[in-house]
Amino acid sequence: MYIGSALILSLFILPLWNITLEAPQYPEPLGLDIHINGLQDGNNPNDVKNIDLLNHYIGMKNLPKDMLEFDIFPIVIIVMSLLGFIAALTGKRKLFLTWVILMIILGTAGIYDFYIWLYDYGHNLDPNAILKFLDENGNPMAYQPPVIGTKKLLNFTVHSYPASGAFVLALSMIFAFWAYIKAGKEKE
Amino acid sequence: MKQISKLIILTLMVSVGLFLSSCGQGGSNGGALKSSAAEKVFVAPGKWDSHYAFISGGFSGQLSVYGLPSGRLFKVIPVFSVDAEKAWGFNEETKPMLMTSHGFIPWDDSHHPDISQTNGELDGRWVFINANNTPRIARISLETFETEEIIEIPNSAGNHSSSFVTENTEYVVAGTRFSIPIPQRDMPISEYKGNFKAALSFIKVDQKTGHMEIDFQVLMPGFDYDLSHPGRGKSHGWFFFSTYNTEEANTLLEVNASQNDKDFIAAINWKKAQEYIKAGKFKTMPAKYTHNLYSDDTHSAVSETKKSVRVLDASKLPGLVYLMPTPKSPHGCDVDPTGEYIVGSGKLSASLTVHSFTKMLKAIEEKNFDGDAYGIPILKFEATLAGTVQQPGLGPLHTEFDNKGYAYTTFFISSEVVKWKLGTWEVVDRKPTYYSVGHLMIPGGNSRKPFGKYLVAMNKITKDRYLPTGPEVCQSAQLYDISGDKMELLLDFPTVGEPHYAAGIPAELVTKRSKKFFKLEDNEHPHAVKSEAETKVVRKGREVHIYMTTIRSHFAPDNIEGIKVGDKVYFHVTNLEQDYDVPHGIAIIGANTSELLIMPGQTETFVWEPKQPGVWPFYCTDFCSALHQEMQGYVRVSPRNSNVKLSWSLDGE
Repeated sequence: MYIGSALILSLFILPLWNITLEAPQYPEPLGLDIHINGLQDGNNPNDVKNIDLLNHYIGMKNLPKDMLEFDIFPIVIIVMSLLGFIAALTGKRKLFLTWVILMIILGTAGIYDFYIWLYDYGHNLDPNAILKFLDENGNPMAYQPPVIGTKKLLNFTVHSYPASGAFVLALSMIFAFWAYIKAGKEKE
Repeated sequence: MKQISKLIILTLMVSVGLFLSSCGQGGSNGGALKSSAAEKVFVAPGKWDSHYAFISGGFSGQLSVYGLPSGRLFKVIPVFSVDAEKAWGFNEETKPMLMTSHGFIPWDDSHHPDISQTNGELDGRWVFINANNTPRIARISLETFETEEIIEIPNSAGNHSSSFVTENTEYVVAGTRFSIPIPQRDMPISEYKGNFKAALSFIKVDQKTGHMEIDFQVLMPGFDYDLSHPGRGKSHGWFFFSTYNTEEANTLLEVNASQNDKDFIAAINWKKAQEYIKAGKFKTMPAKYTHNLYSDDTHSAVSETKKSVRVLDASKLPGLVYLMPTPKSPHGCDVDPTGEYIVGSGKLSASLTVHSFTKMLKAIEEKNFDGDAYGIPILKFEATLAGTVQQPGLGPLHTEFDNKGYAYTTFFISSEVVKWKLGTWEVVDRKPTYYSVGHLMIPGGNSRKPFGKYLVAMNKITKDRYLPTGPEVCQSAQLYDISGDKMELLLDFPTVGEPHYAAGIPAELVTKRSKKFFKLEDNEHPHAVKSEAETKVVRKGREVHIYMTTIRSHFAPDNIEGIKVGDKVYFHVTNLEQDYDVPHGIAIIGANTSELLIMPGQTETFVWEPKQPGVWPFYCTDFCSALHQEMQGYVRVSPRNSNVKLSWSLDGE
């Protein structure tokens, strides 16, 4: 349980999610790392700047420097880590489970929030965009990257997958759940 | 019947046999047809060559960058001549690079590139190259593939025995071809003998920055100094120069400088020279020369005039220089990878002379002298002789070495490369060149560690080798595979200007250093602007300074009004891009200069002096993006007496 609580603090360093953009002109793909407290260059310096530069042609907004989420997520992580430690100190089995469930709920909420943002980022386009494309149905084309998976967007192939931070988060939940099981066995 | 059919079969077999053997004959003459030469030079699309070759541009004044084994041209680095494509010598930032004590010079003749070394091995930091006509040495960075520094050499004329580095790049050395009055003065040419002198310059290189400074010059008798090479390994600390015109003729040199049976290879003990400098045995001579330095921080060059140089007189300082007699006007003066052998290619001689460094030291110790020249001891010919390569060809010029103990010498008159063995002096192979080869280059062939896979021969004549292009035909190089016992011609490829000499290096020693773009935050150009918000137009009397930016796909500002006829308009343009391979260019109608080609994060400046009122367009000259063709703007020019206010905008803002 202690390990689980400590592990999630690594999210202040490790990225939660990574979006990679591949195109013939980019033998070194552009990368975007999503951290709990902001967006960072994923592959090379200036990747965020260069993604914005390309996106302005199709009327997409600049990638956000500040978002409410980037203020909230770090607080959530600190609070969850503290709660985890408290649960560990009390040694109460039920609290361990509660922590895991709470983490799952928060994680799901986070991914849903990520989806909402991606939807807006891909659909909310400048009406004066330089390049306007229509999809097969004649509607303005949207450039929403997938939450998980790979998708072709114009000349780019976009990969969106969990990054090291997400795996550490999962690991912390496994540790907590394992602590829950183990505590149960000891009781017997 | 049986007999007849037997006879027919026999006849057929014989004729087939003859046909096959004649094919074999044709194959060995045709070289490339016989083997897999095409495969050996084929670099598949998108793949990289294994070596860089830096080939001098001769009378183009530049340095071109090729890939080996493909022979593909990547870049022509402007060095001593203006280059409108890259604005070299046209923009305000690089004009100071071409300043000399004679003023701005837009051209020179570049000859001998040499790559910097550490412990006698190529290190891929810099390439040095000499300007032959107005003596200068340039240093080119292999991070940016741009010329960073040019230093003028005083007391020198026809800077030919240059620019060769010592084994830790302590010095880059520049020797004069012509002897001249030192210091220059008005005197009769006929009084050459005994009065004209030569200066050999040792230029110190700062190991961190690469910055050059003339440490000292060695003042020598009035011969012609043709080529030079450093000692290495055991002979580190010495430098060897070939000489001709030891007759000291001042007219019809083709006859009058070819009379002596032997000229000299001059051996300079530069460690001794350092001792003499320390002991204060030098003379400080007044001398005017420029030192031009380009900075990647300010993206600008500064030209400084130097006033004096330290000179050591070889005639008066014992132990500084010894002369080794070498037959018939030696041209190349090449030192093998161990540093033991010094090969003198007497270009009018029928044999090659090889001196031994060990024997030279012994002869000096035993004072085995054969008189002196202006007080400089002449060593006995037999005392330093290691061996002679007998009758190898006609007109030997230059020698390079592989890593297996073989030497390769070019023969101009018999138009061939000859491979021979060091120590036994026997010729083991020869291959024709097309035609009249000058220098040759083996990557690292002038260091302790040659990479003996390829040999590049650089020819003086091409005649019928390529499609004709009028009276002036292309210049050319030829690539040979030297990894086997016999050399094999793989490829002909044309070069830019006359390829005098080249320097080659395995690509991996360079690629990892190569810069992708300049960081905008590190840009210290005095006229840089780092965001569109900072762009502006400032009037200072008749000078107008436009502080402009470029980013895909627009200029900021792109509408400018309030310029007047007679103004001198400076466009200071900063490329805000921070991605690999996104330069922008700019040019305006009627500007009496070249375009600018601005790398990401860089600032460059051009001057425009509009001569008539109107609205004049400018545009991006480098196809930068999908909206490149939209990357354009206008400048409104009003009559001198107009009161149109100075204003600038982008998208009406």
